[in-house]
Parts: sequence; structure tokens; C-alpha cells
Amino acid sequence: METQTIKNQEKAAKVTERISGSEAIVRCLIAEDVKIIYGYPGGAIMPVYDELYKYQDKIHHVLTRHEQGATHSAQGFARISGKVGVAIATSGPGATNLVTGLADAQIDSTPMVCITGQVASHLLGSDAFQETDIVGISTPVTKWNCQVTRAADIPAALAKAFYIAKSGRPGPVLVDITKDAQFEEFDFSYEKCTKVRSYVPIPKTITGTLEAAAKIINKARKPLIVWGQGIVISEAEAQFKALVEKAGIPAAWTILGASALPTSHPLNVGMLGMHGNYAPNKLTNECDVLIAIGMRFDDRVTGKLDEYACQAKVIHFEIDPAEIDKNVKTDVAVLGDAKATLEAILPLINTNIHKEWHQQFKDLYEIEYEKVIKGDLHPTKEGLTMGEVIKEINIQSKGDAAIVTDVGQHQMIACRYAEFNKTKSNITSGGLGTMGFGLPAAIGAKMAAPDREVVSISGDGGYQMTIQELGTIFQQKAAVKIVVLNNDFLGMVRQWQQMFFEKRYASTEMVNPNFVAIAEGYYIKAKKVTKREELADAVKEMMESKEAYFLEVCVEKEGNVFPMVPSGASVSEIRLA
Amino acid sequence: MNKEKQLFTISVYTENNIGLLNRISAIFQRRHINIESLNISPSEIEEVAKFTIVVNMAEDNVKKIIGQIEKQVEVIKAYYHDLDEIIYQISGLFKIKSELLFEERQIQNIIKESNARIVTVNKEFFVLEKSGKKEEIVALHNQLSDFGIMQYTRSGLIAVTKEEMKISELLETYNN
Repeated sequence: METQTIKNQEKAAKVTERISGSEAIVRCLIAEDVKIIYGYPGGAIMPVYDELYKYQDKIHHVLTRHEQGATHSAQGFARISGKVGVAIATSGPGATNLVTGLADAQIDSTPMVCITGQVASHLLGSDAFQETDIVGISTPVTKWNCQVTRAADIPAALAKAFYIAKSGRPGPVLVDITKDAQFEEFDFSYEKCTKVRSYVPIPKTITGTLEAAAKIINKARKPLIVWGQGIVISEAEAQFKALVEKAGIPAAWTILGASALPTSHPLNVGMLGMHGNYAPNKLTNECDVLIAIGMRFDDRVTGKLDEYACQAKVIHFEIDPAEIDKNVKTDVAVLGDAKATLEAILPLINTNIHKEWHQQFKDLYEIEYEKVIKGDLHPTKEGLTMGEVIKEINIQSKGDAAIVTDVGQHQMIACRYAEFNKTKSNITSGGLGTMGFGLPAAIGAKMAAPDREVVSISGDGGYQMTIQELGTIFQQKAAVKIVVLNNDFLGMVRQWQQMFFEKRYASTEMVNPNFVAIAEGYYIKAKKVTKREELADAVKEMMESKEAYFLEVCVEKEGNVFPMVPSGASVSEIRLA
Repeated sequence: MNKEKQLFTISVYTENNIGLLNRISAIFQRRHINIESLNISPSEIEEVAKFTIVVNMAEDNVKKIIGQIEKQVEVIKAYYHDLDEIIYQISGLFKIKSELLFEERQIQNIIKESNARIVTVNKEFFVLEKSGKKEEIVALHNQLSDFGIMQYTRSGLIAVTKEEMKISELLETYNN
């Protein structure tokens, strides 16, 4: 089929043409404006790969080194761009390897469409080679999923998949397509999905709730805003900033909410939760009104629920009605998309400054600075800290880089200390805590935003869980900056062993390979830093590199992340040491 | 006040799709909630299925479950009711040796008093059907078990509500 003919035919509405199911899959992706997909071929998806070969001028397929890498790359792509990330895999093990990425995207509300090949429909349920019930397996970790056994059902299924993945509270969708449906020919036409009868992506704001919320906010003497990724997803950053500034309310973030308000903003009082900042955690239990926006009161944020903001009136701006009263009882729930509800409430809000209240945050910050931050960022004792590496990255990036982290100590340190000027700059696995997320997610982020500096920061543990994606970086020439903060330990678990298991370091010590040699094996420029005096220059060299660059920094072996709200404790019991 | 466990019926109106049962049952399984009974049937609206799920749980938790169920893309609406708010029936089937019908006069009295219906009789066995509240079926079972029951089964609870369920109107608003 010639491209020109296709174009002409696409112009005419509802024109059909006879093509195979596999070609239809590719044409659906093109119709959804997909330009990059991540995946790994195999038997049951081969007809689609054959079509991808023909359409390679329209869709760039990125061969990752593992299907899990494909999902995390698709997630990184989605998180930095706000678009739907796409991953594709074969049946059986190809499909099951997607599950971690699906679960991660589900809990972190990331729009992603996964397409899996499936054995031919007559073999379904017969334990055929590479057959697995991926629809059954992925049900609890997808927003929606379905199996397609007829070519004619492919366009509607994929249209629905993209619509559901992106709309409302986003999430991952999986479409499993049998091999016979891929081969079958049918009359193709594509119509975008704009509605599913039983599905309400954005709930109506209940009449009077905006006014009720505004009244409480205007009367508040010690209000605190806690915001999450909802601001980023609904692209409500401007409306949010306007509200924070007009009402003069200190605002703190969950890790997925980071970067929605610049780090340097005077009303940004830092990170919430287990390893968050001292002031917002302490003062959560002192505020008189808690205004939650686009966040879901995760247990890592709230600590012990029975002792969480019990004194406060709670207002919850939320798109997902199932989140209302799920963990924290609200006084006023403002349902809807954050951009719309924040815009609507702004005229109802009185100008305020809350000077004394804000001073309380500053005072507690001073305590945290003396006891924790100073030692993290400006250490004088021997041994590099993770914090000073982040500080050097900040200096070089001037706060403009997108920081992609893995999971563990380095993640908490990076989120605490990275400076963000731009939104969609903190890409991390928040809810699922997926070690191995960082490196492949950084690939997706860099490909979605090639003009942005993307820095992947991992620990020596998580890095090795998806280290094979260095191959993808090399093959794709993705200019990702890769930092491994190496303490030769699974640091976060070791910290818990030190604090709660009397230093019994069961299986947390890592005997590590020559990371520089591995990176160089993939023809990636690489350097290792062990001394403080080498750090600044090495980070500078990395950041100035036009290509991918690997930097290993050997940090102190038994450094701990503080502050810390011990598991099961109240947020106000946050410890500084 | 809403922390005490009690029986609730959860009525779920859904699109009629493969896999939805899996999705809905996973919501209960994940939270370690035992489903007391489950019935899936057509509803008053064409192509709309209705799940009737009976659970023994605290009202606060039922509300959360309703939220999770409604969150599923193909769920149209979910409601919960306590047993006073619904009209419900359960069916029990009892397969019993036919000879007992003639040898044990007591059985005939039990059948009469319980308003049970004889569905079929043949040389070997007869089948009794009893619809009503769970307690009535259990009582009948207890009475009959003394004589020996070859097979016994009880259906899931089915219910209609005393209040109106405005599903058609709801669908109308979704369609617009």
C-alpha cells in the first residue's frame, strides 16, 4: 500500500479499506499520534512487527532489552510529556514481563497502553506454547483491559484503550490481541473514542462544595496545602500557583507532586511523608485547615492515620471519588479536575499572608537545616554524601533538568534536594516503589523531550535490576546522564536493619562489578568518583556531555536518610536523627 | 457507629462484558472480604447486567468498596442496602430418596408446613424447592437432614429495592 493513497483515504471520512489486523494496529497508533513505542518482538506479535517495519518512517520502535524496560520507558515518556506511553510485547513471558510496569503505572496514575500478542484464538485455554492469561493476570493492575480475537474489533478496542488511559485519572490499559486477529483482513476505519457509556472520567463538582471550601479556607488561621500529582496531570500548575499566592498558604508536596511549584517558591515548604521535610510533617498536626489537592493520602505521606491532622478541617480536591474518605475523612470534598476546580475557587478566596504561621515553617526549617541538611549538602567529614552529588547536579542544571530516580535512599535524597524550576521534572516510582524503574524511565523521558536535560539517578541495587537497558541507550543514542550513587549496600533496607533490626545486615551488602567497565562495554562514556575534590568537575563534565554519560559516585557506605517518620508512627513524631 | 459488621447487599449495574466478574471479585479478594453470596443476571434494562453481592461488613467499609467498584470502567452504578431496604429471596433445592416420601409421614407434613414445592418425582428421588429468607431454607434443611438428603444447594440472594433505582435515567444522562 502506498503512503500517499493512505493519506488521501484518511482524509475522506469513514472510508474503509481492506487491511490486516496487524496493519490496523499500527494504523490505529498513527491515528492516535503515537510516534515512539517501546517493545520487544516475539512469536505472537510478529505480524505487528512486520507492519512496524513497513511503517518505520511514521513510528519509531525502540527495542528495549527486556519488556519491563519497555513499560518503564513508556512510563517515563508519559510522565514527562503528559501523553500516553505505548509498550508492546509478545504473549507468555513477554506479557508477564509487563506486569511490574503496569502495576507501577496503575498506582502512579500514568497513562500507558500496552499491546500484547496472544496465541491464536483456537488455542486459547489449551496451555499452548507461550500462552498465558495476561488479561486475567493484569486485571488488578490495569485501569481497563480486554482481549481481541477478531480483526474487526481492533480499532474500537484501541480507540477505547487510548481514551481510557488518558482521560480522568489516567492509568495503564492492556489490549491482548490474538495472532489470528492480527492476520485476519477486514474493512478498516478508525474513529477516536470520546465516550464510554458506563465511565465518568471527571465527576461533577457537587453544588456548594466550592463555596463551602472557600469559606473554610478564608476563615483558616493556620492552613496547609498538601498537593500531589493531580496538579501535574491536569496541568493546573498556573491555577495552583495563583491560589497558593493569593491565599498565602504554605504548600507541601508528595513525591509525585514535586516540581508542580518551583522548589524556590517562597510558599513551597517542602516534601511530605516518611523522609519529607521536618516542618510540613510536624505542622500537619498543628494546622487548622488541611487542603489536599490531587493527592491520595498514601500511608508513606500520612504515617499513623489515627494521629494524622485530627485537629484540622480537611478539604479534598480530587478527581477520583473513590479516594474521598478512603484514608482521611474529609469535611468538604471538591470533586473534579484540579485545573477547573482551582480556577473556579480562586475568585472566592480572600487575599491573605499568614505571616506568623509561615514563620513557624521557617523556624522548623532552621532546625532541620542545622541537624540534617547542612551535613547532607555541605559535609565536612570524610565520605561523599548523596546530598552533595544532588547539590552539584543542581548547580550544573540550574534546576532545569528532569530528574529520574529509582527507588531507595538516593530517591529520597534526590527528591528532597533536587531543585526544580519546571513542572513534570521529577519522574520516580512513587506508589509501587519499583527498583529498576529509573534507567529505562529516563530513556523514555529523554526521547519524549530530547531538548531537556534528563538525569537518571540510581543506587547500585536498583541500577542492576534493569542495567541491560544501557544497550537501549547505546542503540538509540539517547543522551541520558546516568548517575549511580554507590554505597555497596541496598541502602534503604540496610538503614532499616540498622534502626529496627539491631544492625543485622541480612543480604543487603552488595559485591558490585566494575560499573565503569560495564558502561564502557556499551560504548558509553564513563567515570568513577571517589573523592570530594573530584566531584564538581566530574558532574560538570557529565552535564556538558552531548551524549550519554555514566557517572559512578562512591558515597559513604552507611549513610542514613533523615528526617524519618518511623513506619506506623505519627507524622509529628518525625525524627531528625 | 458504622464500624459494626452487618449484612449488606451490593447491587452493581454493569455493561455485559467478559472479565468484569474477575475485576469485581478482585476488589473483595484484595481486601480479604468473603463474599457471602453472588448472583449475576440480566437487569430491567436490556444489555445491562446486575450483580447482587452479599457481604458481612461494616458500613464504612462498604462505602469504600462501592467507590472501588464504581471506579471500574464498565460499571454503570453500584448501590448498597441493608436487608430492611430490600425485598429478597433465596432458593434452596433438596434431592431426597423417593421411598422416604411414603415411609416417613413426617416429611409430608414438613413439605406442607414449609410451603416447599415438589419440582419432580421419580422412582429414585424427588426434588423439593423452597424460596424465601435464608433462615427458612436453613430451617427446612435442618428438618430434612434427619431423614437424609441426597443433594442440597442454595442459590445466591436476589433482591429488588424498596426505593426506586434510576438506572435508565442515569444511562440517559450518560448518553447525552
